[in-house]
Amino acid sequence: MIHSFEGLLKAIPCLCPSFLGQAEGAASSAAAGSIGLTHYLVVSALAFSLGITIIVVRRNAIAVLMGIELLMNAAGLNFVAFAKYSNVKGGAVDGQVVTVFIIVIAAAEAALALAIILNIFSNTNTIEVNEADALKG
Amino acid sequence: MQGSEGYHNLMFWIFAATAVLPGLGILIAKDIVRQAFWLLLSLVGFACLYLLMGADFLGFTQVVVYIGGILILFLFGVMLTHRTDVPLKEVRGWNLVVPGIVGGLLSAAALLHVAYRTEWNTQASAVEPTTSAIGQNVMSTYLLPFEIVSILLLVALVGATYIARRGGEKGESE
Repeated sequence: MIHSFEGLLKAIPCLCPSFLGQAEGAASSAAAGSIGLTHYLVVSALAFSLGITIIVVRRNAIAVLMGIELLMNAAGLNFVAFAKYSNVKGGAVDGQVVTVFIIVIAAAEAALALAIILNIFSNTNTIEVNEADALKG
Repeated sequence: MQGSEGYHNLMFWIFAATAVLPGLGILIAKDIVRQAFWLLLSLVGFACLYLLMGADFLGFTQVVVYIGGILILFLFGVMLTHRTDVPLKEVRGWNLVVPGIVGGLLSAAALLHVAYRTEWNTQASAVEPTTSAIGQNVMSTYLLPFEIVSILLLVALVGATYIARRGGEKGESE
């Protein structure tokens, strides 16, 4: 909790581009202002958090699915970024292979979830996730 | 060289904004179709980021699978679950808005903390065509995961067809 709060305090001023450039320049010998791994990780973290917020706040089942897709994209972006900034000679594509698998799993999940949503709709005439409480004890 | 670097940075910020900011649109938009189009913009941003990192195969796979497949699937889902006689109003109580925003901020804090506090390797590898490398990896190192994910996709699609069809039959018999 303390760590998270500290990270949050550090993160808020870090969101502006100039400060990002400084942090990157301090962390590496690269020229100040050049795009590094941290930038991609920040983009991914923001997209992931937005996805979590969408999943919790929106009550429409299809909107919740959109939040999940955002989460999967954020994870895939992380894998590709780590593949680009890896130590392996000649550039590693392992991270990109994992992202291909993530995309396949996202497709399977979307198809299955939409079939379930259609079933819920034919039973309850709504796709609000709060209404699908038939299994609730 | 300096100009090329600046151009690269400018493109990164544009693509990053394209990928992240539509998330706010999805969060705020009232109409589910507008949300779908915000998601389209976000997916385009992610595809552009992939291309900016030199992952050409992934960038185009993202466009074909996500935008051409999953998003169209979402729009079909919207069409099939839209009733014109019932207004599509969404129950959004404040009791879930606050926990959602707090949870999002906490996860952002944790992830940004890790992203900034770790000594990452910052040496980018050279940009090369990735398609043949990905193909060879999938057919050698990642052969077993590839087969498993193929079976998973087949089972999921057959199952989705079955579940959706059963719902339709039930709807007809009623």
